[in-house]
Amino acid sequence: MKWRSAEPARKRICVCLITAVFGAALAGVAVGQDNHAVDEIQKYRQMLQEGNPAELMELKGEELWTTARGPKNATLEQCDLGLGPGKLEGAYAQLPRYFADTDRVQDAESRLVTCMQRLQGIGPAEATRGWYNPNSDLEALTTYAAARSKGHKIDVPAAHPREREALRIGEELFYRRSGPLDFSCATCHSLDDRRIRLQELPNFQVRASAQSSMVTWPAYRVSQSAVWTMERRLIDCIRQMRWPEPDYLSEAIVDLQVYLQHNASGGVMEAPGIKR
Amino acid sequence: MVQPRIFLLVAFASVAPLAFGDEASQRAAEEVVRKSFSTATPDQWATRMQQDEVQALCSRYRNAPPPEIASKILAAQQRTFKYPADGKLMGDWREGEKLASIGTGGHIGNIQPDPPGRKKGGNCYACHLLAPKEVAAGTIGPSLTGFGKLRGNAPETVKYTYEKIYNAQAFVPCSMMPRFGLHGWLTPKEIADSVAFLLDPESPVNQ
Repeated sequence: MKWRSAEPARKRICVCLITAVFGAALAGVAVGQDNHAVDEIQKYRQMLQEGNPAELMELKGEELWTTARGPKNATLEQCDLGLGPGKLEGAYAQLPRYFADTDRVQDAESRLVTCMQRLQGIGPAEATRGWYNPNSDLEALTTYAAARSKGHKIDVPAAHPREREALRIGEELFYRRSGPLDFSCATCHSLDDRRIRLQELPNFQVRASAQSSMVTWPAYRVSQSAVWTMERRLIDCIRQMRWPEPDYLSEAIVDLQVYLQHNASGGVMEAPGIKR
Repeated sequence: MVQPRIFLLVAFASVAPLAFGDEASQRAAEEVVRKSFSTATPDQWATRMQQDEVQALCSRYRNAPPPEIASKILAAQQRTFKYPADGKLMGDWREGEKLASIGTGGHIGNIQPDPPGRKKGGNCYACHLLAPKEVAAGTIGPSLTGFGKLRGNAPETVKYTYEKIYNAQAFVPCSMMPRFGLHGWLTPKEIADSVAFLLDPESPVNQ
């Protein structure tokens, strides 16, 4: 909080202006020429990167991290995201991973819920209530944790037997087709340089492409006016596939992330990113 | 049975030298799916999560089935077609054009479900370039611009186009394209309208 306390207000105004001006420009590009439209979106992203609204979420997350809360009136500063209690720098980039104390493979969000319960006495039901609403506490905390991995390489070797099993399941899920449209993740994400409408799609079978996607999550989504975490992203993909909604923090969502992060390993974290 | 494994090794070389996709992994994944979709109703489970044989096979073989599995899929899928009651396989291209842009309908869950009965479309533009005037067209599937201009609209072409939209896997086993007719996502009449959008000389696809 302290080291940038003068920044946010100015940044906020700047962000709003950029959003308004370029939002209008974006609406116009859809009728323009195809590659031109993609170029314009790239430019728009670059400009927004200068004042990404996700930074507000990062600040909120930092405040939640450092403020004593819950029945135990404790902060999250001693939370162990995999590198040891209180060791936050670079931890997100190595998630999901196996945690012996819960005997589970956990991603950032499920681990944060564990910390809220153990350190602060805030139960899972309360911790996850309205998790999908813009500006939710978990969205903010996840964004903050991810931002503390900026510049760190994604490193999910899946060496532990339980991580290996999660990788195996995650890959299986990636190719799992079902439902009235026969979709799987692979339908949209196993070909190079393809788009849905104008939206470019990463190919998660290819390391460079997986990296370019995964290093920018969580991300501020202009179309949603909200930061989306990877859980939110995956659960919405599955909604679009016309499947029922998977449970938040469920094993399937964690295992899918093991597969994606494993494939993206070596990519240097830039989150929070900014997307359409 | 050896062939697909070699293929997978090649396909995955860029990421990791892993070639999963055996029945044991598939069963383990199904177990995780069971636990992870706890709010799905029995009906949703049956219609949206339970895999039919083709979906399970395409999943296992990563959409590249070995020849004997591919022929088995082709033979079974070629027996699935149903046609419009009036026998007309080419309908109204204007209706087909509308369906090509509709990407709503059929979303369930608690966060952002569609209202029941919301119009479903083919959403062709998500994956295909069709009328050149629509630039916001996806590229997952091939460009279909000039589809009718290139092929004409002789009865066998009309029939092929209808059946391809009805069940793409009757032609390409494990095709990425949804089997719109088989699943009842589009009605026979709506498929005929989509055929007209592709084949009618008046359609903007052929202008």
